Amino acid sequence: MSTQIRPTVVVLGVTSAIARATANAFADAGHPLVVAARDETELDRIASDIRIRYGVDVHTVSFDATIQTTTESLCERCIDVGGKIAGVVVGFGFMVDQSTGQSDPGVVRLTMDANLTESAVILERFAAHFEDQGAGFIVGIASVAGDRGRQSNYIYGASKAGFATYLQGLRNRLHKQGVRVLAVKPGFVDTKMTWGLPGLFLVATPDAVGQTILRAVQRGKDTIYVPWFWRYILLIIRAIPERIFKRLSL
Amino acid sequence: MIPHATQQLSGWGRTPVTECDVYRPESLQALEALVTSDEQPNIIARGLGRSYGDASVNDGGGVVLATRLNRMLSFDADAGVVTCEAGVGLDELVNAFLPKGWFLPVTPGTKFVTVGGAIANDVHGKNHHRDGVFSNFVAWLDLLLADGSVLHCSRDENADAFWATVGGAGLTGIILTAQIQLLQVESAYMKIDSRRCKDLDEVLAALSESDGRYRYSVSWVDVLASGAHLGRSFLANGDHASRDDLPGNTTNPFATRDKRKLAVPIEFPSWALNSLSIKIFNEAIYRTHPTRNNQIESYDSYFYPLDRIHNWNRVYGKRGFTQYQAVFPPDQTEGIREMLEKLSAASLGSYLSVLKRMGPQGEGMLSFPFEGYTLTLDLPFRKGAEPLFEELDRLVLNRGGRLYLAKDVTTKADVFQAMYPRLDEFRAVKAKLDPHNRFSSRQARRLGLCSNGKAAN
Repeated sequence: MSTQIRPTVVVLGVTSAIARATANAFADAGHPLVVAARDETELDRIASDIRIRYGVDVHTVSFDATIQTTTESLCERCIDVGGKIAGVVVGFGFMVDQSTGQSDPGVVRLTMDANLTESAVILERFAAHFEDQGAGFIVGIASVAGDRGRQSNYIYGASKAGFATYLQGLRNRLHKQGVRVLAVKPGFVDTKMTWGLPGLFLVATPDAVGQTILRAVQRGKDTIYVPWFWRYILLIIRAIPERIFKRLSL
Repeated sequence: MIPHATQQLSGWGRTPVTECDVYRPESLQALEALVTSDEQPNIIARGLGRSYGDASVNDGGGVVLATRLNRMLSFDADAGVVTCEAGVGLDELVNAFLPKGWFLPVTPGTKFVTVGGAIANDVHGKNHHRDGVFSNFVAWLDLLLADGSVLHCSRDENADAFWATVGGAGLTGIILTAQIQLLQVESAYMKIDSRRCKDLDEVLAALSESDGRYRYSVSWVDVLASGAHLGRSFLANGDHASRDDLPGNTTNPFATRDKRKLAVPIEFPSWALNSLSIKIFNEAIYRTHPTRNNQIESYDSYFYPLDRIHNWNRVYGKRGFTQYQAVFPPDQTEGIREMLEKLSAASLGSYLSVLKRMGPQGEGMLSFPFEGYTLTLDLPFRKGAEPLFEELDRLVLNRGGRLYLAKDVTTKADVFQAMYPRLDEFRAVKAKLDPHNRFSSRQARRLGLCSNGKAAN
């Protein structure tokens, strides 16, 4: 990275707490931003907040992860306003209570579309762009829920498992071109997804997660769990034999 | 159902603890949906939870955390005017604007309060004698009403709603956005002149004499000193240090060194807090603070000494404490003497007790400060404390004084009502803005702040 003017970073879904915190972390490190989200009122508010606090340029682009015309053109629109792009963070996602999906096919489709299909559609364009450029980074927010299917959250988990596998393949493809791909797997983070859920422990703040993501990008990591110890929790959870696991209420 | 967390909640004084359903909207739309829903019989906004009593707890109802609605919306760097959402903390304003030469125009003794909380309690600071309350620097505010509409309030527009909302303890609606005039400063440092005062008369005289010369003034009182030493104090007057006040080799006058943060990791047991430990603490403070002029200190250590210690309220243990703050008219300083005598006799000490001269009253209907002297004490809750608090309340009332909603937790409704002559005016505006008492708190019900003085539900 250059020493004086840092290159522009794109943050998609910046209205989510983790994405907003990640945008803050990059802005604090001096990167101009392109931020994108569906709700334009919130998008504008977050953009002005970042400009005022960190003194960097922030451009806004609106998109809806469930409307194909907005996702297919998203990369080009980000480049139009942001110029040379150093990297992209995919921070949007869709999660509702598992039981809703069990009775509503629309919810299953929305979950898969937003978290997997359209994320891949968007990233293919960025991947091609970074490949041409011969540099860049991609950050995808996956989830520990994708590491093993559980009855309480398997629709969301499946979409995130698919996304993690997608990122893995993309990393393999782009490695030779000097493009880094980071998969972030958050455990419990203090966001609206987890607010009010019973039995939460060791919850990380979005700000801490944002800082961790920035450092992981700077160090060229492949996959990180946040907070870090979730790697070991998941190691144990994955190690449970399926014939036992299927009887558990998780 | 809107997702919420059921929490055991209290104010900063850690008592009373009540079960509340806590919401934390992350968008304006989510906040509006909550306010206009029929979730909960009533709700109250809460910021960083630094009000001491029960102003931002709501047993049997909802509490709305404003902390994720903390976006700064505009900043005029020439005029020092910031527009931001109510969930922005004063610490965030300091971090964003002090490096650019702008400081808070009024700050309480902690920077961990939100802009919304500063307005709803119409907070004051060490410059009240000269600059008045926080609302003096609020140009306008946007208030979300119970029906989901937004009311723009200022001195000229919806003035009654503006004056009911500043100091109105969150009962008129939810403050969304406010515009604030910041204070231009030349450095992040303070120039302090301090002196010891041997008794109450000396410190009162010193406060009146020196207040005209300094922007900030405050005196710390040794509450357990009695007899001839009653009111023994340490007075610290200050101003923002100019560039020329700093050492010649200063490269950045806005850079301060971060002091190490401390924490109180556990709740102290009740025996740890007794009149002996308080006596030793106060004696030590008095002895280590000699009379000195022109000391240069960072803004952080002058304004926010306790902010360095995370969860300092835990030293008061499970039973918690109350920060008892009363203001007396200028001709009723005998009230202060009587209070100190009562506490000294009861051996009820206070680690931190502060005496300050206050300037003219603001226009907020329930805004606390008026011209005179204010005494602030951190008093632990323990057996027999409540009758003593009640005695103190009577004493304050008889001396024409009054108590502060941001701190109060035990006062009776009739006493409070006698202290605030504009309460009926407030209730009338509240009834107009919020006819069904969508906004209510434990404190509002305890003190009858809602319309008709009846408990809201």
